[in-house]
Amino acid sequence: MKRIYMDHAATTQVDQEVMEVMLPYFTTYYGNASSFHSYGREAHDAMEDARKKVAELIGAESDEIIFTAGGTEADNIAIKGVAYKKEKGTIITSSIEHPAVLETCRALEREGFNVTYLPVDRFGMVQPPDVESAKKDETIIISIMHANNEIGTVQPIKEIAKIASENGIPFHADAVQSAGKVSIDVKRMNIDLLSLSSHKIYGPKGVGALYIKKGVKINPIIHGGGHERGLRSSTENIPGIVGFGKACELAKKRMDTDVPYLIKLRDKLINNTLDKIEESYLNGHSTKRLPNNAHFRFTAIEGESLIMSLDDKGIAASTGSACSSKKLEPSHVLMAIGLNEVEAHGSLRLTLGRENTDEELEYVLEALPEVVERLREISPLWKKDLEIEKWRKEMEKR
Amino acid sequence: MYSEKVIELFRNPRNMGEIENRDGVGTVGNPICGDLMTIYIKVDGDRLKDVKFKTFGCAAAIATSSMITELAKGKTIEEALQITRDDVAEELDGLPPIKMHCSNLAADGLHAAIEDYKRKKE
Ligand SMILES: Cc1ncc(COP(=O)(O)O)c(C=O)c1O
Repeated sequence: MKRIYMDHAATTQVDQEVMEVMLPYFTTYYGNASSFHSYGREAHDAMEDARKKVAELIGAESDEIIFTAGGTEADNIAIKGVAYKKEKGTIITSSIEHPAVLETCRALEREGFNVTYLPVDRFGMVQPPDVESAKKDETIIISIMHANNEIGTVQPIKEIAKIASENGIPFHADAVQSAGKVSIDVKRMNIDLLSLSSHKIYGPKGVGALYIKKGVKINPIIHGGGHERGLRSSTENIPGIVGFGKACELAKKRMDTDVPYLIKLRDKLINNTLDKIEESYLNGHSTKRLPNNAHFRFTAIEGESLIMSLDDKGIAASTGSACSSKKLEPSHVLMAIGLNEVEAHGSLRLTLGRENTDEELEYVLEALPEVVERLREISPLWKKDLEIEKWRKEMEKR
Repeated sequence: MYSEKVIELFRNPRNMGEIENRDGVGTVGNPICGDLMTIYIKVDGDRLKDVKFKTFGCAAAIATSSMITELAKGKTIEEALQITRDDVAEELDGLPPIKMHCSNLAADGLHAAIEDYKRKKE
């Protein structure tokens, strides 16, 4: 069966060009970048070249980039790094952050820090005035994601960063989902710390980076041989870093063609789905959303069934339904935008990538209504408004 | 994560739909994960002549619903009341542990339908 991958927010395939530049660093140039011989120098030079490419994607200087083992680690280093430097105080973040940020904040709460979780509106937007009123003298960092990984809402981080900078508070943005899709200029946007991940932009998994603006002081959370300016000890993952560098270079080069292409596909997907399927809704923002993100909810069906049915048709997608989560809880993002459990249940995320074609989209637009119809036939809630109402009341009572 | 039987019944559920002139109906749900299932029964003498279902939920919820209809159909009411959640899971070659509590409600649904039937008869 032909397979169609529409889960690019989860991860992407490694680009052929990326793969090719990585390969020699496994067997030919396998040196340790800290070594003083030619092997070491080869590895070191390749790493510095990659660092430059990462910096260029976001308008930073090379020496403001440290490599990490992914987006999660970058988020941890940024937030804990500032917190441990300041020793106490309050962190401001949003209620729809990725677990890499949310769980880091929760861990810091257990260590005695205070955290303010800002609400979002029904489109998933953080309101800058909320940031303004939440900030206090003891605020030590503001961390707001650039774009949400589930519903794709792009936050007004420039405005938020401005508030932070006017008050002398470091501002961190998780840009794991937005990099390569929304332009980022850390200088113009007043960003102090920014997290990136390679595997979302056609690079290898297990590598990422943290941008740390010159002058911003953080404590290390990983101790060892002093690599990456002492902020992330451990022998550098040279093949991964080289691949990540190439992926950043390609992302920058291709943005002008990729973004309009993705937007065209995305809008066709959204408009046709909403047209073809009754009681289908778009989650997230209509315009301030990632170029590759379509996030729907369908009345009276459940997301895991939907994903499995689409998988049977060769389509790879994802959902915020409780049934598919490890904790059996509905997505915190969908709850934060005001959906109830039943609504969150029927959610579907399709995230496009540069290799998706119009033909694939046509196939999805054929398959999706069929799958939704079949599941609605099985559902006791479809066309049974009373049942749904009863169910909702039941839910609210608990 | 799911057994082949679960996947097969999810793809091709048996006895799906409503019974128009039913003798009993039971709706059960788990608000934590949000599954909801309705079981319809048609009784002839003391036997379940027909059993059908409608379910809103994950593959496990749909497969367990389908399985209960097959297990219960043709049985006497007393026999049907003996069917447990574990019987359903066993017939499906097991369920993922996390789904044992939330999605394995079909036996409860059947019992609720029988209760409903008994209540109406009184
Ligand atoms: C917004 C966001 N932040 C952080 C991460 C974590 O990145 P990584 O998988 O590289 O640790 C992800 C990926 O799932 C993400 O979408």
